[in-house]
Amino acid sequence: MRHLLSTKGMSRDEAILLLDIAEDMADVADREVKKLPTLRGKTVVNLFFEDSTRTRISFEAAAKRLSADVINFSAKGSSVSKGESLKDTAQTLAAMGADGVVIRHPASGAPHVLAESGWIDAGIINAGDGTHEHPTQALLDAFTIRRRLHGGAARGKGLDGVTVTIVGDILHSRVARSNLWLLTTLGAHVSLVAPPTLLPMDMSGWPAESGFDLDAAIDAGPDVVMMLRIQQERMNAAFFPNSREYSRRWGLDDERFGRLARTTIVMHPGPMNRGLEISSAAADSAGSTVREQVANGVSVRMAALYLLLSGDREES
Amino acid sequence: MSSDTAASTPYLIRGATLADGTRTDFVLADGRIAEIGSGLSRAGASIVDAAGLIILPGLVDLHTHLREPGFEQSETILTGSQAAAVGGFTSVFAMANTSPVQDTAGVVDQVLALGERAGYVTVQPIGAVTVGLAGERLAELGAMATSRARVRVFSDDGFCVSDPLLMRRALEYVKAFDGVVAQHSQEPRLTEKAQMNEGALSSELGMVGWPAVAEESIIARDVLLAEHVGSRLHVCHVSTAGSVDVIRWAKARGIQVTAEATPHHLLLTEDLVVGYDARFKVNPPLRRREDVEALRAGLADGTIDIVATDHAPHPVEAKECEWDAAANGMVGLETALSVVHSAVVDTGLLDWTDIARVLSSTPARIGRLSGQGQGLLVGAPAELTLYDPAASRVFGRGNLAGKSANSPYLAMTLPGRVVATFHRGYATVLDGALRPADEISALGGRTDG
Repeated sequence: MRHLLSTKGMSRDEAILLLDIAEDMADVADREVKKLPTLRGKTVVNLFFEDSTRTRISFEAAAKRLSADVINFSAKGSSVSKGESLKDTAQTLAAMGADGVVIRHPASGAPHVLAESGWIDAGIINAGDGTHEHPTQALLDAFTIRRRLHGGAARGKGLDGVTVTIVGDILHSRVARSNLWLLTTLGAHVSLVAPPTLLPMDMSGWPAESGFDLDAAIDAGPDVVMMLRIQQERMNAAFFPNSREYSRRWGLDDERFGRLARTTIVMHPGPMNRGLEISSAAADSAGSTVREQVANGVSVRMAALYLLLSGDREES
Repeated sequence: MSSDTAASTPYLIRGATLADGTRTDFVLADGRIAEIGSGLSRAGASIVDAAGLIILPGLVDLHTHLREPGFEQSETILTGSQAAAVGGFTSVFAMANTSPVQDTAGVVDQVLALGERAGYVTVQPIGAVTVGLAGERLAELGAMATSRARVRVFSDDGFCVSDPLLMRRALEYVKAFDGVVAQHSQEPRLTEKAQMNEGALSSELGMVGWPAVAEESIIARDVLLAEHVGSRLHVCHVSTAGSVDVIRWAKARGIQVTAEATPHHLLLTEDLVVGYDARFKVNPPLRRREDVEALRAGLADGTIDIVATDHAPHPVEAKECEWDAAANGMVGLETALSVVHSAVVDTGLLDWTDIARVLSSTPARIGRLSGQGQGLLVGAPAELTLYDPAASRVFGRGNLAGKSANSPYLAMTLPGRVVATFHRGYATVLDGALRPADEISALGGRTDG
């Protein structure tokens, strides 16, 4: 794998390979010495044009567990905020000898531009681009579901027949897009539930059903319910009237949570707005994977870094 | 082919093919078409062998961004004029979004004078509708109309005159001097932060969409306003099928509306956005295949009156970046005729007579520009273009004559090639090559008026 830019277009075999390597990486986390020498001497740059402490430290932990040197480049307060272009930033990192660049950027497609530009030869991992994709989040979600369902026998398996309902701000969610492509590639059935204002305008090409009724979706008994973070500022742009109404219609509150089967997996990419899109009871329940998702994130990102940066990178 | 150095040197164009397929000779002398016929001769004339070449009236672009004054890193009036000549144009209307804005008689007269000094084409300034393009109060439309530049087309292009009252007043006011308001139809609230056509692809790519309704709703409002006050409206760069329907309806109702489509909206679709190459970022954005087909049909049935380039040069750094940060716009003068050839001639929708109409006579008429678009008649100003329709070329950076390289057609194979352009009787392009600026400037200055 040369770059990890999106889950759209990723094959089932590629996805399963990455998830299986992530299983191996997870085993490392259970050891006394949580470190592999695999990427010793390699330099990974976390290039973050948006604040995201969680994602950054997850990548940082992953790179460090593989013995890579990690440079955190936060675009805020740097030359970038003084007008330096993506090109100049990329060329600067190239000159410093970056082997891998983990990029978070507010513009959809920025990691793709970085990968295709010729400005830098490093392997590029998309850590979230605009409202486009966030592939490692989807991979860690898939990993989490697979582990919950299959435990120690997860290796080699897909998510065939698993029903996943994703609820919330689909329109602005790169998590939803990456999950849509990855989970369906792995054999899952995905349905999307949101206010009409927060669904993309045309989903005719999406392999998913969509609807506005969370209660109906709950009563359909999905295997997985994935709640997305709702951004409070959306109500100022008339996407919905206020958080109370949003919570009443599209929140996983105690009552709706109580109607889910006990085996239902409850997911959230974090950070959560407790009491808004998810109640504390749901978030802290036995079905909730919120903390596992964080732990699995490190394993999945280790796998991604391993696939991109270990060995020779001549294949492209 | 001999090269001339004096304005008075006549030209004898031999065996050019007219739009109807017949072949004839032309003599150009004293800035006019002196003779048309077969077997012509003229003592001392430079002879141009036009065998296999179509002769068209000089092309007129109602929508060009020349960037001067203010943005000379992108284009100057000289380099933009050169790009125009290479594309077969003999006149361009220079959009008002310069810095300072073309919103006073002083600025439009300066643009006019710089165009005359360059001498490659007639540069006809467009005046801003509102002061500083700010959409708040009317610019001095009357002063620009009575200035030496004789401005008749007014536009805030780049911005929509979205205030309905201001638009009504502008439409009414320009009647005093037979002007026209050329509207950039874009409802601003519906297009905040918009990056590309809103639809299935924008949904997938997670880009903020520029919905068709943001164009169509403004056009619908404006045609009704034009009807209400009995004014002329021109709609810039129509890009959607729905817009074509609205304009067709308005014309059937007798409303005085004209409309333009750009070459790129007649050829390219939004699918090009997939690779995030910002050369394909333009406003209005590239649309769906259905929209392209509707624009072509609209051009063929006369709903869309003209083709105009919206030539919009940008420096490298404005395009060599992430999509959201990139500037909107494409250069288009050099490629316009080839692109139109590919989009609507090769597809059988328009013939060369139609091309002369949509790229010469009608844009000149909409813009009330004398000395242009008068066709290939004895006594008419010698504004003409020789085009080789059988040529085919992989379009490259070297085929661009302007200052900027933000062409969406680089590395594409395009049909046809402009071989020669004549402006005021002298050649600005011969054998496909631009003639030097000092020669042209000397000629242009001499034949002024």
